[in-house]
Amino acid sequence: MNMLRMVVTIILAGILTNNYVLSKFLGICPFLGVSKKLDTAMGMSAAVIFVMVLSTAVTYPIQRFVLEALGLEYLQTIVFILIIAALVQLVEIVLKKYIPALHASLGVYLPLITTNCAVLGCAILVTEDYSSAVYGFGEGYLYALSCAFGSGLGFLVAMAIFAGVRKRMEFCDIPETLKGLPITLVAASLVAMSFLGFAGVVHM
Amino acid sequence: MAKKTISMRSASQENSAAVIEETEEAMEEKQAVEQTEDAVISEAATEQPSAPEKKSSVGGTFGNAMKRGVILENPVLRLVLGTCPTLATTTAASNAIGMGIAATLVLICSNTVISLLRNIIPDKVRIPAYITIIASFVSIVQMLVKAFAPALDESLGIYLPLIVVNCIILGRAEMYASKHAPALSALDGLAMGVGFTTALLCMGTIREMLGAGSLFGAKLPILSGQPILFFSLAPGGFFVFGMLIAAANKLSKKNNLPVRNGCGDCPAAATCSLSGKGGCK
Repeated sequence: MNMLRMVVTIILAGILTNNYVLSKFLGICPFLGVSKKLDTAMGMSAAVIFVMVLSTAVTYPIQRFVLEALGLEYLQTIVFILIIAALVQLVEIVLKKYIPALHASLGVYLPLITTNCAVLGCAILVTEDYSSAVYGFGEGYLYALSCAFGSGLGFLVAMAIFAGVRKRMEFCDIPETLKGLPITLVAASLVAMSFLGFAGVVHM
Repeated sequence: MAKKTISMRSASQENSAAVIEETEEAMEEKQAVEQTEDAVISEAATEQPSAPEKKSSVGGTFGNAMKRGVILENPVLRLVLGTCPTLATTTAASNAIGMGIAATLVLICSNTVISLLRNIIPDKVRIPAYITIIASFVSIVQMLVKAFAPALDESLGIYLPLIVVNCIILGRAEMYASKHAPALSALDGLAMGVGFTTALLCMGTIREMLGAGSLFGAKLPILSGQPILFFSLAPGGFFVFGMLIAAANKLSKKNNLPVRNGCGDCPAAATCSLSGKGGCK
């Protein structure tokens, strides 16, 4: 029961209070780049959730049983980024071969994800926040996976809201200097401000 | 590359894109000319030593690279790369400088090594190879910061290892270091790093002054009375960044520089494997 409550809390925190995009500035590039239309925003978010959960599922045991067991924690950055890059390639190949329909909808976003800091950020953050030294491996693994899933969902929510905001902005009369990226950033600022209202809703 | 970028842009942007490509080509040509000039001069120098002339040409290359890195192609304000650390680490001016220096170190080292290996790395696996090289240098910098500046390590936190996926570093490897000699690449790394640090410092100063009423930790007389918390929180970061880019665009227009916001406003354009293929639109 306690564990279930913790999982729900972690997922809610990932969406509302600790939103990766709007409060931790992770994954800003796709947030600004592919949020022009709702369907592309959804495709990108789905790919991010998929890769984020998958990469956390692989990196967490590796951190526990390889890096920590052998005292190689300092290799974390290089090992994690290589795992993520390899995983993205692998997923792309597997999807292309076995589930072409899914590849057609997610495929174009996959190469972009390797350099998405939200994925690497999540993999590193969960090893600190839900380390197996504190929670034990089984429980920590469960929390890490729910954190990855919740953060992915948070990314999706932020993308969906922002795509809506941008669609409305398309027909607005914007001052010449602010056209393009500047007004997009100001809009992002307003969306982020609305998410500040959630502060304190979820207690970890 | 030029064709790819153009096809990506919408029709209305095509004209400005063409202008950008032209200026880029002109710049590259200019560089090539400079390089040959350098070679000629150095040959001349070995024949009959004329040190001052050589020095001035080296100084000229340095000056041009710096001007390009800090003003013409400022990675943050003109190329709009590396948005995540720009927004996240600029709550205080000292953090901004720390982040800038760490990224500059990685940028110089990775540019040099990638340039040295540019003829050895096969084209197909170049991105994983670049990432491995960059990740090694990031690990080194991470350990250095942990050992010699633990306070900085504490305040940069997760964003220090995330230099690996900073678009500026991969972008410069792809755009510059893979095509130029080691010395020039190292210089480009330094110039881009200084440009990055300058932009971060600019943002950090504004956000710290307005958001905390201090500068480098020292309280300011009037501002510290009632600091505007908005600027040190996430929304303030987006807002200040937007305003700075708007200012940079305004200044660029005034000086007739092409306004460039990446591949159709996309900050990921430089490293994006889809750049030009149009898959993400």
